[in-house]
Amino acid sequence: MKAGSNLEQVLESGVFTVTAELGPPKAADPKVIIDKAGILKDHVDAVNITDNQTAIARMSSAAAARLCIEQGLEPVMQMTCRDRNRLAIQSDILGAAALGVRNLLCLTGDHQSLGNHPQTLGVFDLDSITLIRMVRDMRDGPVFQNGEEITGLAPQLFIGAAANPYADPFPYRALRLAKKVEAGIDFVQTQIVFNVGKFEEFMRQCRELGVSEHCRILAGVAPLKSAGMAKYMKNRVAGMDVPDEIVERMSGAGDAQDEGIQVCVDVIKKVREIEGVAGVHIMAVEWEAAVPEIVKRAGLRE
Amino acid sequence: MTDDCENVLVAGCNTCVAVCLTGGEKEAEQLAQQLRIARRREGIRGKVDTVTVLRQCENEYLDAIAVQVEEADIVLSTACSIGPQGLVFRYPRKRVAPAMNTNMLGYVREHHVWTEYCAACGSCVIAATGGICPVARCAKTLLNGPCGGSRNGRCEISPEVPCVWQEIYDRLAALGDLDSLKRIIGPKKWNLSNSGGPRTMKKEGFEP
Ligand code: SF4
Ligand code: SF4
Repeated sequence: MKAGSNLEQVLESGVFTVTAELGPPKAADPKVIIDKAGILKDHVDAVNITDNQTAIARMSSAAAARLCIEQGLEPVMQMTCRDRNRLAIQSDILGAAALGVRNLLCLTGDHQSLGNHPQTLGVFDLDSITLIRMVRDMRDGPVFQNGEEITGLAPQLFIGAAANPYADPFPYRALRLAKKVEAGIDFVQTQIVFNVGKFEEFMRQCRELGVSEHCRILAGVAPLKSAGMAKYMKNRVAGMDVPDEIVERMSGAGDAQDEGIQVCVDVIKKVREIEGVAGVHIMAVEWEAAVPEIVKRAGLRE
Repeated sequence: MTDDCENVLVAGCNTCVAVCLTGGEKEAEQLAQQLRIARRREGIRGKVDTVTVLRQCENEYLDAIAVQVEEADIVLSTACSIGPQGLVFRYPRKRVAPAMNTNMLGYVREHHVWTEYCAACGSCVIAATGGICPVARCAKTLLNGPCGGSRNGRCEISPEVPCVWQEIYDRLAALGDLDSLKRIIGPKKWNLSNSGGPRTMKKEGFEP
């Protein structure tokens, strides 16, 4: 065991793993986290706590992660390179580890121009890959990024990253994940899979590069709420690939939310069959209530 | 800005900003002419002269216009922002203002279009990235490949902005050198950039 987190134990046991997402509020109210954690707690193995997602200022992921721990739900703290330099990142990692955080997802972060403070300075002192390497060295060295030894307790973290099989250039995507493995990740969560065919091809390349041997791959999935959301994601959201057939399914549905959940369940059943997929990461943004139903219908908790 | 000044001098610079069509002799003259018209309309007395030197970034050229500078109440420099600062250095008592907003070190990719190519970061990486700069040209200064927002050769910040990592990938693929994308680059030494404080460069053997 590298960090001994629940997520690590479940993944290493070979059980098909389920993670979800919990977005901190744009306010100081702990109740939002407590309520969302209550919904998710008995249905998932761990939950991602986003870090100023889409460059919008929100409650800090470390604080929200701690609130989550207090509710008995294991957090995967997200950390982006956009808002902090290596000094701030390392200090937040030490602090989060001291508060009991055992999983860290290392991301580059969406560009600040996409968020609600477009005039801010983007930091990007590190990128996701040099961040991963730094966190691994803090755990295994244990050393700080500058090479100085961590003489006290080192942060015990199970290290994750994101991968987007739908971004370009496609042939580079598996290679990029291989680079993250080399940098030191233990697990990866992918962008939301709607186009299963392309994801299969990505997984084939990952197996060829030995990626799936060295890190556990969780396929990202999400329930659509409406046909409008399907179209929006297809046309407007960077790095998303929603096939026409899914847009049509959503448009033709009587109960769109129910159909959205069913589409998600169908994707889960398909990706589960792909060699090297160790679990799913359910991204029901601001729709946490859908997660228990998805888990149940997909038979993920038997 | 010049309303309270009787004599205004517009100082052009005839090298970089001249080829950028922003601050050479011609543009300095155009600015002066616009100022004359505006000042006449406002009933402001005095005159607007122009003078252009080859480069405002060296003492000898700035020293050559001492007479014109002394006569003026304010000097508007159309050079890159090094020009007005050079004037301040050479003429400590003179009011100086920039007439230009300097925004990048660019390449003329197409006629009349300048594209940022270098951020003068002090530790050049382009030998490892196909001779194309991800520091100045990637919106996130990424050193290890395209982020998840790269789509159809465009950057996540805007469909107008090319993703430089797509360009780097295409070039390395064409050169049969995709292996170099496997190498982890960085963390970058930002202390060598402006972040480490203002930089000076001395060339040994060229002391006066
Ligand atoms: S790596 Fe630095 S020095 Fe080299 S071109 Fe880019 S910004 Fe300029
Ligand atoms: S899309 Fe390309 S240019 Fe834009 S931030 Fe990502 S890697 Fe950089």
